[in-house]
Amino acid sequence: MLHEVNAQADELVPAAEPKAGHAPLNRAVETQQDLSAEINGLADAYKRALRDGALAETQPRLDYPPYRSSILRHPTKSLHHADPETIELYSPAFGHQDVHALESDLTIQHNGDPQGERIIVAGKVLDGDGRPVAGQLVEIWQANASGRYIHKRDQHPAPIDPNFTGIGRCITGPDGSYRFTTIKPGAYPWKNHLNAWRPAHIHFSLFGTEFTQRIITQMYFPGDQLFPLDPIYQTIVDQDARDRLVANYDHSLTEPEWALGYNWDIVLTGPKRTWTENEALGAEGDEE
Amino acid sequence: MSNQTTPLVPTPGQTVGPFYGYALPFEKDNELLAPGSPGSIRLQGTVYDGAGETVPDAILEIWQPDADGRIVQKTGSLVRDGYTFTGWGRGSVGYSGVFTFTTVNPGPTRPGAAPFISVAIFARGLTNRLFTRIYLPENEEALANDPLLSSLDPERRKTLIARRDADGGLTFDIRLQGEGETVFLDFQ
Repeated sequence: MLHEVNAQADELVPAAEPKAGHAPLNRAVETQQDLSAEINGLADAYKRALRDGALAETQPRLDYPPYRSSILRHPTKSLHHADPETIELYSPAFGHQDVHALESDLTIQHNGDPQGERIIVAGKVLDGDGRPVAGQLVEIWQANASGRYIHKRDQHPAPIDPNFTGIGRCITGPDGSYRFTTIKPGAYPWKNHLNAWRPAHIHFSLFGTEFTQRIITQMYFPGDQLFPLDPIYQTIVDQDARDRLVANYDHSLTEPEWALGYNWDIVLTGPKRTWTENEALGAEGDEE
Repeated sequence: MSNQTTPLVPTPGQTVGPFYGYALPFEKDNELLAPGSPGSIRLQGTVYDGAGETVPDAILEIWQPDADGRIVQKTGSLVRDGYTFTGWGRGSVGYSGVFTFTTVNPGPTRPGAAPFISVAIFARGLTNRLFTRIYLPENEEALANDPLLSSLDPERRKTLIARRDADGGLTFDIRLQGEGETVFLDFQ
């Protein structure tokens, strides 16, 4: 049985912050113009820093005030460098007994066809040295074509689709490949500020060959007009880094009379441990 | 070991958001062992934000050796059979800000090493996952010799060591920000 998420977690519900006065914000009067000014200010400062010789940032900033929920949730101390040891140098094992083959098709989970634009999303999971991450779990979740999640706390008055839940899983192949059939998600509003809209996106959860490679991220669609306005996408201040979250339309993935294709490859961090051929098989070798 | 080619740049992380609740949790996700199994313990804790408020919408993953210090590589974490210890679990933080796992005390992976549980934390408002470690409070000598713990000042070091509960379980609170902020790790 799937759990219900917690009520207070909800950015789509008005007055979603658990405590009044929790953060000194008045979201009702904070407009997109206000937020865009903050976003652009941070972007300009980053560009100046780059010109002055700063290193490009490749990951989101933990401290990114325009994403209001990050204000009280970002660590204030620098992450402490650690050399990965023992358990951290391995990943949990997943196998085909964990994931049914049909879970990679999000369009067949109910009795009828979901509404919207059917798409194929496929690509490879690679490590920082370009080696395929084989036999690992990929999980996705997303809103439906009208931008609504199957979730009782999602109050966005867009239609729920009885034929679309928006959850998929698969195990990467020997070449690190994954492939999902799904529906293109819609943009949706949220309560970061007045008139805040998220660009269409699919959430991705990924494991590498080591636990330190674990990430959760979001895949976006090319050409979305909401990119410059979205404080979550903009938590990544570097344009090249942001571009790594945008899939490419790929006509070779497109299936005639059926679905448009998007390609998105994912690169995890480099491995710290000597890598052996056997590990590429992932869960297939099930002994200790 | 590292090779001579130019490494690829990793894909950036993004927040897990608030609506993972119908996707990431699964049946017995936080039960690495069935509750009540011989040797099983409860691992619990509270996640706090910078205002000292509980964070009700975080989700944690733990990954650990078995009680003998073996790193198991067994499938079946998503469809648990109730007997196989796979070493990996996922736990959603509840309304009260508390997470709970049923697991075993991890053993030392080398003789004399300080045992720990590896943790990844995800939450709305957290733009990328955080990693930390949960050390067992026992064996002062092993803790004193641990490379990570000994690189930290005493106040920060404390944030990585769990408390032993009267029922034999472990309590490990996570503070994302502010006083007593948990040490979060960077492996790059």
